Amino acid sequence: MPKDSGIGASSKRREDVRFLTGAGNYTDDINVNGQAYVHFLRSDIAHGTINKIDTSAAAAMPGVIKIFTAEDFAAVGGVPCGWQVTDKHGNPMQEPKHPVLAEGKVRYVGEMIAGVVAETAEQARDAAEAIELDIAELPAVVDMKAAVQDGAPKVHDDLPSNLCYDWGFVEENKGAVDEAIANAAHVTTLELVNNRLVANPMEPRVAIGDFARGTGDSTLYTTSQNPHVIRLLMGAFVLGIPEHKLRVIAPDVGGGFGTKIFHYAEEAFVTFAAKAINRAVKWTSSRSEAFISDAHGRDHVTKIDLALDADNNFTAIRTETYANMGAYLSTFAPSVPTWLHGTLMAGNYKTPVIYVNVKAVFTNTVPVDAYRGAGRPEATYQLERLIDKAARELGVDPIALRRQNFVTEFPYETPVAVAYDTGDYNATMDTLEQIADLSGFEARLAESKAKGKLRGLGVNCYIEACGIAPSNLVGQLGARAGLYESATVRVNATGGLVVMTGSHSHGQGHETAFPQVIAEMIGIDESMVEIVHGDTANTPMGMGTYGSRSLAVGGSAMVRATEKIINKTKKIAAHLLEAAEADIELKDGQFSVAGTDKSVAWGDVTLAAYVPHNYPLEDIEPGLEETAFYDPSNFTYPAGAYACEVEVDPDTGKVTIERFSAADDFGNVVNPMIVSGQVHGGIAQGVGQALLEGVVYDENGQLLSASYMDYAMPRADDLPFYAVDHSNGTPCTHNPLGVKGCGEAGAIGSPPAVVNAVVDALQRNGSNVTHIDMPLSPSRVWDAMNS
Amino acid sequence: MYAFEFEKPATIADAVAALGGEEAQALGGGQTLIPTLKQRLAQPGTLVSLKGIPEMAGICVADDGALAVGGATTHATVAASTEYPGLAGLASHIGDPAVRNRGTIGGSLANNDPAACYPAAALGSGATIKTNTREIAADDYFQGMFTTALEDGEIITEVRFPVPEVSNYQKFVQPASRFALVGVFVAKYADGVRVAVTGASEDGVFRWSEAEAALSANFAPEAIEGLSVDADGMIGDIHGSKAYRAHLVGVMTKRAVAAAS
Ligand SMILES: Cc1cc2nc3c(=O)[nH]c(=O)nc-3n(C[C@H](O)[C@H](O)[C@H](O)COP(=O)(O)OP(=O)(O)OC[C@H]3O[C@@H](n4cnc5c(N)ncnc54)[C@H](O)[C@@H]3O)c2cc1C
Repeated sequence: MPKDSGIGASSKRREDVRFLTGAGNYTDDINVNGQAYVHFLRSDIAHGTINKIDTSAAAAMPGVIKIFTAEDFAAVGGVPCGWQVTDKHGNPMQEPKHPVLAEGKVRYVGEMIAGVVAETAEQARDAAEAIELDIAELPAVVDMKAAVQDGAPKVHDDLPSNLCYDWGFVEENKGAVDEAIANAAHVTTLELVNNRLVANPMEPRVAIGDFARGTGDSTLYTTSQNPHVIRLLMGAFVLGIPEHKLRVIAPDVGGGFGTKIFHYAEEAFVTFAAKAINRAVKWTSSRSEAFISDAHGRDHVTKIDLALDADNNFTAIRTETYANMGAYLSTFAPSVPTWLHGTLMAGNYKTPVIYVNVKAVFTNTVPVDAYRGAGRPEATYQLERLIDKAARELGVDPIALRRQNFVTEFPYETPVAVAYDTGDYNATMDTLEQIADLSGFEARLAESKAKGKLRGLGVNCYIEACGIAPSNLVGQLGARAGLYESATVRVNATGGLVVMTGSHSHGQGHETAFPQVIAEMIGIDESMVEIVHGDTANTPMGMGTYGSRSLAVGGSAMVRATEKIINKTKKIAAHLLEAAEADIELKDGQFSVAGTDKSVAWGDVTLAAYVPHNYPLEDIEPGLEETAFYDPSNFTYPAGAYACEVEVDPDTGKVTIERFSAADDFGNVVNPMIVSGQVHGGIAQGVGQALLEGVVYDENGQLLSASYMDYAMPRADDLPFYAVDHSNGTPCTHNPLGVKGCGEAGAIGSPPAVVNAVVDALQRNGSNVTHIDMPLSPSRVWDAMNS
Repeated sequence: MYAFEFEKPATIADAVAALGGEEAQALGGGQTLIPTLKQRLAQPGTLVSLKGIPEMAGICVADDGALAVGGATTHATVAASTEYPGLAGLASHIGDPAVRNRGTIGGSLANNDPAACYPAAALGSGATIKTNTREIAADDYFQGMFTTALEDGEIITEVRFPVPEVSNYQKFVQPASRFALVGVFVAKYADGVRVAVTGASEDGVFRWSEAEAALSANFAPEAIEGLSVDADGMIGDIHGSKAYRAHLVGVMTKRAVAAAS
């Protein structure tokens, strides 16, 4: 019987009632009394020297309040980077200044040159058109390999080159890896591109700065996954506002996928400008602006080698990756191709030695940062495409080759610095074979053939590291922040609870899932628990939501705080029942004395805490409110196996996804419906990357895929019904809920399955195509078939 | 968008008069024009809506049997009509329901986007474009990408389609916009077959005369075998090369012939 409440129940997402009935409160729904509007003049040139910005005509336009340029920001800091990577020689990465408004040069199409603040948004835009710009265009660098050639135009004149860092991991293993490859019975090599993406959350970014002259307090309303991080980065590093004078509010957030983690210049601008003009200043991104100002994702170019012995055991992996940083370092950009990518190169397999080399490169393009999966999809894609290619070269079954090399004993220390606590990769593969009905493939192949279609099957595994992260570890790796999470649990007199969490949902359903945990722990109805998040003024310092961390880290903090509450309520109950604390049991919202029929209800105990007439005041304080900070001792390691079946139209190259199956190990599952939803959405984005999405710049740094007319998003009819399963949970051993995280898995696990399937379809038809770069658009597939 | 005046006349005569004003522009369903305005790529002084003119809306069969579609008729109305299945089928695959409920045949033909669907039907049917001043044969109307025979202020009031024996439109969508990467309209009349291709050429919609000749002799997919359009002059962009588009013209033509009903 499925449960109907608490942990394991598919409780309906309570927040959806407001989202689906137009009652959500998104940042753009907020209007501050007397607010002005800013329009940003953005560069339409990828690289150039700013000779002159003449704002005089614009300043005289109707409604204009003030026009800001870089000079106005001379006294404040640049937009900071939150992670410092150390290169293979032990030197820190190159870290150029990232000014709020362009200083002296423009470095990508979309970079902000001026901010026009006016009475209305249209007036601001009118005036921005009247600004006279004199920019001398310079040659742009777009291609990463060209950017690191001698003599390439430099994105940042004050840096030695366009190389941000050259990272080797683990550098000491390089010799052993090279040797293993030289001595291998078989080496498979693959060169591939992990295509650049735009996150495209449904809600574009919005920021409103407000300043209270009476108190000197600043407030920023923003579309953020982590308001405390924004407060810290912007307050401490850009504007010099102490945290107690700065409040950051991120109300309902309409999707983020990573791109709303970062601190953006627009946020600093509106906060600064509000104080300067003593009025609130609002910015709402248009969809066109989002394409050229939201941090992009992925964009790796990789060469990878896999060495195998004569028995097809993996003996070494070596990679060389170029990772695009764009023109400036976005908040977590340097960590993505390194610690979020190199550490996952072992995948689900026991490979004794691995060496990962990553060259991060500046180009005249929009900054690149974390996007759903961040580094892990790139690792998974290379490895799982490579294993598929190896199986074909060796003439062995790709599933058998994987199974043969699976890690089967846990904990398992990889050669790339992480230790998997639990997992059962054979179990997820067994389940996959069932739910994907692999035994029925041959029959479906015949059906497709009868229709004149080429059918293919692609299978892959994935593993990821979630629940980021042990603070002491990431500190050593270059993080400039701790990565714990916090929760304050406040119990009201009448027994209801409010959880103030540092996590912040941007669509994941925290308001539903978090109460399920507390309801289970106390034995009360989920409706008695309310979640408060997204406001630095009424939640404890938290690091926010990304990296599939909310339940694993934020939920753990909530559990710890709730345990403190339960301990205290047991003391109160013991007093009320005149029993020993050790004999008190809490079940179904009733405290009872073990072995007796004496009991007192949850609500009576909570009332006693606030009306302490009969209360052990000499031992414990009145009130019921507890806070916990939880710092994980390890990452969590969700893993799984995915299968995709495609049909390729041989006449046009068009690929259709006929079946998609996902067997995941997420550890314990609190709400199976929400988890399935996360997997569904993740697969949609993964299929989007594999078949449809791709950012294209021309050689001058102009963005060609700058709107939905040219950037293809996945739509409902691009996707089949999925078969998903998460029954093989091996609970995480080091967090109290035994959960692993599920938010990114779908996007990580699905691209290789799709590409493996297309290559399979072509090869079954006699083609010798071994690889096609994503997105596998009809024209690319057709070109590959006909080359 | 920039500010503009707005008028919604009730007769063609009033619309023509309103369009005579300074910087006036016709507004059909706004499915092309409004996005253009939002991008500030156009700055009309007055928008003259053609959606309040009863004589420009709706579909009827003319005395000569041709299908007469009012210039302000929406794609949805055409999609729901039964007299000319090939045309209705084409209309039913334009954009999404919102676009079909707003967008009009007159707006589509006036705009003459090289990837739009209706131009293929108009040219492939040998339609007549009726305006407030004259009648223009489809063969004379389309003059290259975004270029037509229309004069400034001239309004498409009606489009007359001779109804063929059988017809079909095959659209291979551009993955992002879902306009036609290549769309082929095939119509078989008593006096011969017409084949019109949209999406593919740098010169906009065109008739593939070799295919027309072959199909007029033998209306079967095999008749296309061995025929091809020259990749030179095809559109090459991030969604497909010139050669790919040239190839698709053949594939889509065959499919249209096979599906014609
Ligand atoms: C999301 C989306 C998807 C789309 N997909 C497709 C597709 O798959 N295939 C396709 O063919 N089209 C597609 N379109 C375009 C759509 O068909 C438009 O409706 C059409 O291009 C313009 O028609 P309209 O009535 O909206 O014209 P408007 O946008 O109002 O006007 C377009 C132009 O025509 C002029 N005009 C309008 N009516 C007349 C008239 N009667 N006489 C003279 N000039 C006139 C206007 O002045 C303007 O210059 C799509 C549009 C959108 C927004």
